[in-house]
Formats: sequence, structure tokens, C-alpha cells
Amino acid sequence: MLIVVQIVLVLVVVLFSLVLIRGGSNAKHMAVRRIMVLLFAAAAVLSIFFPTLLSQIARLVGVGRGTDLMLYAFIVSFLVYMSTTHQRFRQMEATLTKLTRRIALDEAERPWESVRSGTQALDATGDSNHGSRDTLR
Amino acid sequence: MVSRTWIVIPLFNEAPIIGSVIKDLLPVFPHVVCIDDGSTDTSARAAREAGAVVVQHPVNLGQGAALQTGFEYVMNDPEMSCVVTFDADGQHRVADAADMVRRVQSGEADVVLGSRFLDGRTKIGPVKRLVLRTAALQTRWSTGMHLTDAHNGLRVMSRQVVGSIHLTQNRMAHASELIDLLSKLKPRWTEHPVEIIYTEYSKSKGQSLLNSVNIMADLLFR
Repeated sequence: MLIVVQIVLVLVVVLFSLVLIRGGSNAKHMAVRRIMVLLFAAAAVLSIFFPTLLSQIARLVGVGRGTDLMLYAFIVSFLVYMSTTHQRFRQMEATLTKLTRRIALDEAERPWESVRSGTQALDATGDSNHGSRDTLR
Repeated sequence: MVSRTWIVIPLFNEAPIIGSVIKDLLPVFPHVVCIDDGSTDTSARAAREAGAVVVQHPVNLGQGAALQTGFEYVMNDPEMSCVVTFDADGQHRVADAADMVRRVQSGEADVVLGSRFLDGRTKIGPVKRLVLRTAALQTRWSTGMHLTDAHNGLRVMSRQVVGSIHLTQNRMAHASELIDLLSKLKPRWTEHPVEIIYTEYSKSKGQSLLNSVNIMADLLFR
């Protein structure tokens, strides 16, 4: 029975690592992430076959049990995940703002352009009294 | 040489009132642009029918983003010399805006900020007064600018100032961000007494006091 659990866990570790290793934005970040993933995979596979190893490490760093060590590692990685996601979200928002603004400005009418061509036409006929509408210039 | 004053109105779901706000403005200020921030009602059409230029965000981004779009739009007009930011909900007075524009055009200042606390015209509740005065005090500490009011939507800025402003706070924190930018640009600035008209409509639409929590958070965790 133990071997089934071990196989399932190893598969999960391998799949998870593959998903994380694929793609990303910044080349430097991606490299760091890939190293972390490899370390994680090695540690996970080792701990599947030698479950006591994790507890030994935990005792070494003064954290009672291996599960506690896992919990702490999980919390830290979750916080890192939150902050990177937050940053990426902000970047996306900035991109969306730029895009939206560009669309809005491109589609907007520009009355001064027609006013100016109108003025030129008026100037041609010797009448340039176009500023009278500007009550507060 | 024609010099134009543009009114910039960030517009989001104000269809019942925006038409009358624009109709009040047009006799004094013929150039009004509304930045429709993805309204889900008929605001954009109402503004267009009332005679304003409408620049439309295809999606809702927030008032700060709308203002920045407005600034970039009016900067395209080579004859624009002066920009007024004006609220869409009818709480500002056109006469106040005209007085403020005159102070910029006379060369007295590059930036004139409206303040509802410089005279006794504005009727305001004690809690709201306390929150706004606290926010103004906080601005004073962080920027060194001695403001008496915070988050007043009525401002007048010269072309030079508008051209150097790039708001990145899309939502409500843009008001503090703007002051922050001004404190770095160091234009000649002054405050001008304005009356805020709290109608039932603007009260029902206005920012709730809880929103000041969001503003603080946006500023702290930008």
C-alpha cells in the first residue's frame, strides 16, 4: 500500500515541478525559480522514500516535527506567491490603463482641428473673428 | 493667438445630472471634455447631447485614470493654456471655477486648489469635516504643503503643470497623489475658497467615509 502512495506523491511532485519550470516573464526570475523547483523536487522525492529525513532536519533546525517544518515552508512560499502575484497584477493594471487610454484618445474627436481648418477658410475670406465664442479664454 | 481653458470632468454613471452640469458650464467655459469611465448608464450620451466632448474608456478604470486621460487629451490641443478639473455630480459652482481661472490667467499662480474650509459657505457635517481636516493635516506632514482641504475635485492648473503630471493611482488615491506630485514640481500654488453644494443627489453618490480607509491603503501600499 505504501508504494502506491509513494508513486502518487512522486507523480504529483514531477507534474508540479514541470508546470512551474515552464514559461515565465523575467529570465533571471525564471532561472531562480527553476533552481528552486529542482531543489524542491529532490527534497520531496527524498522525503517520500525516507520520511524520517524531514523530521531529522526539523530537529536539526530546532522545529520539533517534520510536519511543522513543512507548514513553515508552506507559509513562506505562500507569502512569496502572494507578493509576486500582487506585483504582476499591478503591472497588468498599468498595461490595461495604457491600452484603455490609448483607445479612448484615438477614438476621441478633436474639435480644435476642425476649428482650425474652419479658421483658415474664414481667413481666406478675410474674416477671422473666430474667438468670439471664448467667453473666458 | 487663441488660448483655451478646458474643463475636464471624470464621468462615471451620472446620467441624471451630468447634462445640467454641462449646460451650466458651457456659457462660461465653451470647452468641456467628459472622460466617460466605462459608465453602464447613459452618461456618455447625456454629456454629448449637452454639448461636451466625450472621451470614452472602454472599461472602467477609476477616477484617477479618467483624470489622467483628460489631461492627456487636452494636452493635444496646442492652444490649451489652462485646465479645470470639475466633478460630474454638480457639487461645484461654475462661478468659483471662473474666479480660480482668472487667478491663473492673471499670472498670480500656476495652480489654484479649491478649499471648502476657507469661508463659511459650505455646510458640512462634523464627522466629514473631521475626516477631511485630518486628511489635509496628513498631507501637510507628508508634503509640506499647507493645505486646508483634501480631496477637493475643483482645481485649476496651467498648461506647464498639467504637462508634467502623470497620475498612476487609478482609483481615489489620485487626489493625494496629485498633491504629492505638485509638492515635487513646486509650482506657484494657492488655495481658493469654494462652496461645495451637498445636494441630496451628490450626498447619495459621494464617497462614503469608509472609502477613506481605501484611500489610505492605496497610498500606503502603492
